[in-house]
Amino acid sequence: MQQFFRDPRQRAIVIVSVLVVLAVASLGLSGMIGSVALSLPELHGALRALVHGGADSMAATLLELRLSRAMVAFVTGAALSLAGVMMQALLRNPLADPYVLGISAGASVGALLALLLMGALWMVDAAAFGGAVAVAMMLYVLARRDIAGGAAAAGGASVLLLTGVILSSACMALVTLMLSIAPESRLRGMVFWMIGDLAGAPLRGLPWLVLAGAMVFALRSARALNVLALHAESAATLGVPVGALRKALFFCSGVLTASAVTSAGSIGFVGLIVPHACRFAFGPDHRLLLPVATLAGGTFLVLADILARTLLAPQQLPVGVVTALIGAPFFLYQLHQLRRA
Amino acid sequence: MISTRALCLKIGQRTLVERLDWTVNGGECWCIIGRNGAGKTTLLRALAGMREADAGSVAIKGRPLADWPLAQLARLRAYLPQARSDAFSYRVLETVLAARHPYHAQRYWEDSDDHAIAMAALASMEVAHLVRRDVRSLSGGERQRVAIAAMLAQDTPLLLLDEPANALDLAHQVSLMRLIARLCREQGKAAVTIGHDLNLAHACSHALLLMGDGGWQAGPIDDVMTAPALSRYLGHPIEIVVHGGRRIFVPVQDDA
Repeated sequence: MQQFFRDPRQRAIVIVSVLVVLAVASLGLSGMIGSVALSLPELHGALRALVHGGADSMAATLLELRLSRAMVAFVTGAALSLAGVMMQALLRNPLADPYVLGISAGASVGALLALLLMGALWMVDAAAFGGAVAVAMMLYVLARRDIAGGAAAAGGASVLLLTGVILSSACMALVTLMLSIAPESRLRGMVFWMIGDLAGAPLRGLPWLVLAGAMVFALRSARALNVLALHAESAATLGVPVGALRKALFFCSGVLTASAVTSAGSIGFVGLIVPHACRFAFGPDHRLLLPVATLAGGTFLVLADILARTLLAPQQLPVGVVTALIGAPFFLYQLHQLRRA
Repeated sequence: MISTRALCLKIGQRTLVERLDWTVNGGECWCIIGRNGAGKTTLLRALAGMREADAGSVAIKGRPLADWPLAQLARLRAYLPQARSDAFSYRVLETVLAARHPYHAQRYWEDSDDHAIAMAALASMEVAHLVRRDVRSLSGGERQRVAIAAMLAQDTPLLLLDEPANALDLAHQVSLMRLIARLCREQGKAAVTIGHDLNLAHACSHALLLMGDGGWQAGPIDDVMTAPALSRYLGHPIEIVVHGGRRIFVPVQDDA
């Protein structure tokens, strides 16, 4: 499994390179597969047309549509997975995910309210982001001492976790309320938003900026994250500013989650199983885990979206269904392994 | 190395330590003894800078703890907590290498010098053969020895250990205390150890801090380790038996 006396640098470079290749391949695959399949030469021609500016052929138009959707899938999956690793380190619990603290539930309340009131697409997105930020701020106010790493931090951040769970269930009650009073015609859109759907999700620059910023923070604090994951509060005696790091982790994973659910709804399981699988395969060292989980999360969601588009074609499934169908059994299997260990 | 001036520690209304004036110099190996809940761990956490003093101050090398940057402090003192929980499946070597964190603000990966130090620390605790194991698969005593190895790899002049002999078998308890005594003697390190074994403390420490009910008594081991003082602070009569030139501490049997 892990060869320690080989240079960890080389190992990291090899693993990350392979994952970059896989990510690019998954994007290419999503360009080729669909109701009208494109062969490799067609893909090549269409790509050249796209790069030179004129998307006039049918192939180029198709590719543009598919690629922009795949890019949204990638940035969303990468953000969720990275947020998952951060949340797991913050709560020192490998079973935590980006949604456990209710940030996505807050986004659901906002988005569903906008859908209920027949808001335009940008209003739905804005409301989702607003809801996520509102819950994050409430959490921060209610559990500030815990986030900063008071006495409770040694025991596994229970106040923060419980506050998040309660806020989450309160938000879900509001969601249920809105679903039950919503007129029939809007129900489908609302349910699809809840499951997480990439159809019609616009490709924007902001999520990429958020991801890039979070990645810079993640790599800069990767060593400190290892110390925090190992020693909890005692990490301070190894020179890690525990309070500041935990605050930054909370902020960073919150923004990543908000950005992901804003563009694609609350797609489940990505932020849980991808970090988990990566930790299982490559070990818990955050210096490798953070970039690896980010790449793998993006690739995973691109592939899941290809399945969502093609499984029951011409009918399109919301991608959240696919991730949950893959994720749930996988997670149960992991849990079983964990109990045996 | 480290000193307290008029240090007071409280939990709620209860005073654990009252006006403690205490100095630990390089080369000294101290043991703290007291009853459960006497505030030994709280005191050690205050010395480590993980807990604020309620009054008075703690200083390392004459400079108050709060004035030291965290990273510099991490190169001066290491702290072994009483218990640890492992949430993630790090390898033994990774946990020891992580203790090199304070030395490498610039490095992303550890280098061969860190590996050499980590392996030496593991060997000194006789756990070098566990180097690739998942820490969550270790026994309690093995995990404790790995944690102590990590602390040694941090390579600080001051060691603060909260019940380091926990979960260790008899042979390893003795070899650990001897190792700590040797580090103090040969490398001029200072060590403060919380323990419950009077005989081990007497054999391996130079000095003793007794504490209980806010009171304290500190001094060279033979001055403080007297039957009346031990009996008072431990809440049970203690007898001293001299056997083959060694002093042995035994609790008096109640003939009820």
